[in-house]
Amino acid sequence: MHELSLLENVREILEQHAVSQQFSNVCQVTLAVGQLSCVEPDALRFGFDVVMQGSLAEGAELIITELPGVGHCNQCQQQTDLPTLYAPCQHCASPLVTVLSGTEMKIKDLIVN
Amino acid sequence: MCGICGCSQTGHSGKLTPLQGKLQPVLTIGHAPDNARLVQVEQDLLSKNNAYAAQNRHFFQAEGIFAINLVSSPGAGKTTLLVETIKRLQGRFPMAVIEGDQQTQHDADRIRATGTPALQINTGRTCHLDAQGIGLAVMQLAVQPDSLLVIENVGNLVCPASFDLGEAHKVVVLSVTEGDDKPLKYPDMFHAADVMVLNKTDLLPYVDFDVAQCLAYARQVNPNLQVIQLSATTGENVTQWLDWLVGQVAQASQVTPTRGIASL
Ligand SMILES: Nc1nc2c(ncn2[C@@H]2O[C@H](COP(=O)(O)OP(=O)(O)OP(=O)(O)O)[C@@H](O)[C@H]2O)c(=O)[nH]1
Ligand SMILES: [Mg+2]
Ligand SMILES: [Zn+2]
Ligand SMILES: [Zn+2]
Ligand SMILES: [Zn+2]
Ligand SMILES: [Zn+2]
Repeated sequence: MHELSLLENVREILEQHAVSQQFSNVCQVTLAVGQLSCVEPDALRFGFDVVMQGSLAEGAELIITELPGVGHCNQCQQQTDLPTLYAPCQHCASPLVTVLSGTEMKIKDLIVN
Repeated sequence: MCGICGCSQTGHSGKLTPLQGKLQPVLTIGHAPDNARLVQVEQDLLSKNNAYAAQNRHFFQAEGIFAINLVSSPGAGKTTLLVETIKRLQGRFPMAVIEGDQQTQHDADRIRATGTPALQINTGRTCHLDAQGIGLAVMQLAVQPDSLLVIENVGNLVCPASFDLGEAHKVVVLSVTEGDDKPLKYPDMFHAADVMVLNKTDLLPYVDFDVAQCLAYARQVNPNLQVIQLSATTGENVTQWLDWLVGQVAQASQVTPTRGIASL
């Protein structure tokens, strides 16, 4: 359900850009999805064709770039890889890590004509 | 000519196609038709919801409304806590409730029985409330200035985490019958919340639930999470929750520099 409503947002954003940037057909959509975001890339791929049916992106190619999770350790003050929201600091194993990036989910770019 | 790389092919594709006679796929580099071009978008998938949420938040701040988004798995005790809260705070300041459930008016009826205005949103097949729906509900309810607005979200520990409604805080309710590892199993919600209410503490003698372990897990996901342990049905420690709410409502009603200017 969640992924479907996100894909409906994708379609709406495409339709808005079609007006402002003057295109009528989208042949490729690139999404950037953070490792710590609440969406599952496979679920997006699964729903993409269905949601784009009848839109200007019908039959378009979907590319998903996954962005890594990165955090800041409150203990040792270093930057650390964050594969999950609860992963400890890779340097000092402290569980107190603040998320810096990796929660984003956005449309990066399109190939249109 | 391809509009992307200038080669002589047309017809864009980036599909994985099986290599002739072999099983492993190869990536064929896509080529686009003549007039194709790249459009940079860089727009959040939730940008529409976030824009409505910003509008709601602006309205709440301008009107001195303290709004919370109450989230939990189904049955953790959100409505029970809310009814008890309203009974104890009635008369102190105006209150209003927006109830989100997939079906039925049950929860809004429970709130209205206390005399507090409540509006039920039935989300149907959707598993979360969104900011646009909240904006409409706030107008319909005519939420008063300097009031407490509680939005009880659909019972779901997953996707309400991603949908900002314009609230000041997400408050996650976890009950002790759900298991102490919930913060790790559903980290998005515990990360998005600022306050966790650990409810049904009256049942602790009967269930295998390690409070200290649960709080450690919760802080692992969200080092800044504030925790209040209580029982909505016995009233144990409910005053700590009420004190927090009263303090927040007072603070919100003081910070109203643009009152009257904002409108939805
Ligand atoms: N023992 C005990 N039971 C509680 C407590 N709080 C709520 N309950 C019970 O838990 C059940 C569910 O409570 P609700 O308040 O309807 O839960 P909810 O989170 O609003 O549920 P949904 O809106 O359906 O997601 C009811 O039977 C309540 O009486 C508590 O502190 N202790
Ligand atoms: Mg309820
Ligand atoms: Zn969902
Ligand atoms: Zn560290
Ligand atoms: Zn080409
Ligand atoms: Zn949902």
